[in-house]
Amino acid sequence: MSDRKIRVLVAKPGLDGHDRGARVLARCFRDAGFEVIYTGCHQTPEQVAATAIQEDVDLVGLSCLSGAHRVLFPRVVELLKEKNATDIIVIGGGIIPEQDFPMLYDAGIQAIFTPGASLDTIVEWIRKHVANHS
Amino acid sequence: MYFSDETQKTSHELTRKWEDDVQKALQSNPDQKERFATVSDLDISRLYTPEDIKDMDFGRDIGVPGEFPYLRGNQVTGYRGRHWTFRMFSGMGSAQDTNARWLMLLREGQTGLSTAFDFPTLMGYDSDSPRSLGEVGKCGVAIDTLEDFLALIDGIPLDQVTTSMTINPPATVLWAMYCAAADIKGVPLSKIGGTIQNDMLKEFIAQKTFMCPPEPSVKLISDTVEFGAKYVPRWNTISISGYHIREAGATAIQELAFTLRDGIEYVEDVIRRKKMDVDDFAPNLSFFFNSHIDFFEEICKMRAARRIWAKVMRDRFGAKNPRSLWMRFHTQTAGCSLTAQQPYNNVVRTAVEALAAVLGGTQSLHTNSLDEAFCLPSDHAVEVALRTQQILAEETGVINTMDPLAGSYFIEALTNEIEGKAWEYIEKIDAMGGMIAAVEKGFPQMEIADSAYKFQRQIESKEKIMVGVNKYVTEAQHVIPLVEIDEKMGEAQISRLQDVRRRRDNRAVLQSLSDIRTACKSGDNVMPHCIGAVKNLASLQEICDVYRDVYGEYRDPGLY
Repeated sequence: MSDRKIRVLVAKPGLDGHDRGARVLARCFRDAGFEVIYTGCHQTPEQVAATAIQEDVDLVGLSCLSGAHRVLFPRVVELLKEKNATDIIVIGGGIIPEQDFPMLYDAGIQAIFTPGASLDTIVEWIRKHVANHS
Repeated sequence: MYFSDETQKTSHELTRKWEDDVQKALQSNPDQKERFATVSDLDISRLYTPEDIKDMDFGRDIGVPGEFPYLRGNQVTGYRGRHWTFRMFSGMGSAQDTNARWLMLLREGQTGLSTAFDFPTLMGYDSDSPRSLGEVGKCGVAIDTLEDFLALIDGIPLDQVTTSMTINPPATVLWAMYCAAADIKGVPLSKIGGTIQNDMLKEFIAQKTFMCPPEPSVKLISDTVEFGAKYVPRWNTISISGYHIREAGATAIQELAFTLRDGIEYVEDVIRRKKMDVDDFAPNLSFFFNSHIDFFEEICKMRAARRIWAKVMRDRFGAKNPRSLWMRFHTQTAGCSLTAQQPYNNVVRTAVEALAAVLGGTQSLHTNSLDEAFCLPSDHAVEVALRTQQILAEETGVINTMDPLAGSYFIEALTNEIEGKAWEYIEKIDAMGGMIAAVEKGFPQMEIADSAYKFQRQIESKEKIMVGVNKYVTEAQHVIPLVEIDEKMGEAQISRLQDVRRRRDNRAVLQSLSDIRTACKSGDNVMPHCIGAVKNLASLQEICDVYRDVYGEYRDPGLY
């Protein structure tokens, strides 16, 4: 199993079009040797969850800069749970005030990276947690 | 620039001597790094001399304000007669919430309004659409029907204050609401002034709020240009925008080149589709640029923008009216230069960027607030941002003289370099068959993705510095008060919309939607029908669904 490349879905739930961070990360993950699927903007939580399952990813990285994360991020985790895909790790990023971190962690988001987080830190976090998971 | 033989000789000799001195000095005092480049990664020389601008001709390339090539400004008098417009982009929660913020800003000396809509409004969805889940009122104001719009502009004198609306795919609908509101308030269309952003090409390229494919999107834009030229002469019907292109990670040159090439595309479409003379609509085209943190690069970009556009309009389109040659632009300081770390530093960044915009000759300015790396700005943060502009205008003396940096070896050389590189992009996109074709190939999108990734890598390697992020980092938390939009706001908005649907004449709504559909299919101008529909209280999404149905929907190809 260790030969399998880490598969990551970078997803933009909601109507937010701020995709600079998501696209930079998608490219960074590809350079790090991951297999990357990028959804593009304007995905419903249902579309994100369906793609994650269909593509058999290890991890979903959600990006939202519109303030809708409090509703959309938990919804993605919930939908994965409904489809018994709890093995998929969900992390999030974007403009997310620290006061929202506890409710997102409680909802099952395993890590939150906000502007200023280094690319290497995010890649390392994923390597470590996907390895522990499988 | 003309320099006498003697001056050129002296310049040459002194420069050679200085170069030798530099080599010697570097032995004991080496530079802090190998390369010195702009934030866009353009290499900058240690010194500029007459040699760098010896090929320039004062009359041809520099001149005076109000004369071709308009490098130094469109109008002859500069900021002495009138400051740039202090125009703060704002919108939050309900129409009533935003109206309160607007009235506060006008009381504090703001001179123009600028509307931020929430994502459902920007994308043409009503607040009760499943697509709007979690987004209502979050990033701007929620507008579903004309009733919301009337609440938004309550107490605003539409014949005195100009209003800018950052709205793109549904620009026809929001502008129709503005026109209808003016009509209801008894203000003739000839008296209202403002701007709709209405620039779809940069949406496909960068900002990513889209609805229909590029071709019909541009058709709707040409409808507004035609309608404005005929009935709303004080309205800027497109604000051709580089701001979002830059925020998405473009360099200054990419921002400039893609924006101007977008402008060319719109002009060509109106001439071809509407058979209009260029001088009948070009004076109503406006522009919108980013003012990023690299001070001189931004000033030179704005100066180059005016000179390129004047050449494009005169030489490519044969415009005769001087107003057609004017590049008039709004500027916003760079959101992407702000940091969540040590947020008070953002006041300083914004002040420097605002100063660059003023020295670049902007007509209108938004200054970002210190808390905008977190959320919508608080009243206090907005006030500091507005005061930043007022301090520049009233205290610093920068308005006393026009284009004060002209003639600087460095400024003129960098302006020329940026212009030259922008022309290369414009010609490349011409060769691809225009901007719609280039967008369909993903060309500008991928150029920007390359630049964004390169910049991020330079931040990681500390080749580029952001204070508080990768240098001078502190553990201390600077706690600032954040604005939060209550989730209940969305529920109230939805019940208002549903109440309107119950009260209105639904037969009249269906008829006006059918009129829009007919206009879309026949290629007629949709604007008069949109005004009729919003007066009948058709909702934003009901009208946009007609567009989606007739023209099809565009989906993000997800390029990276």
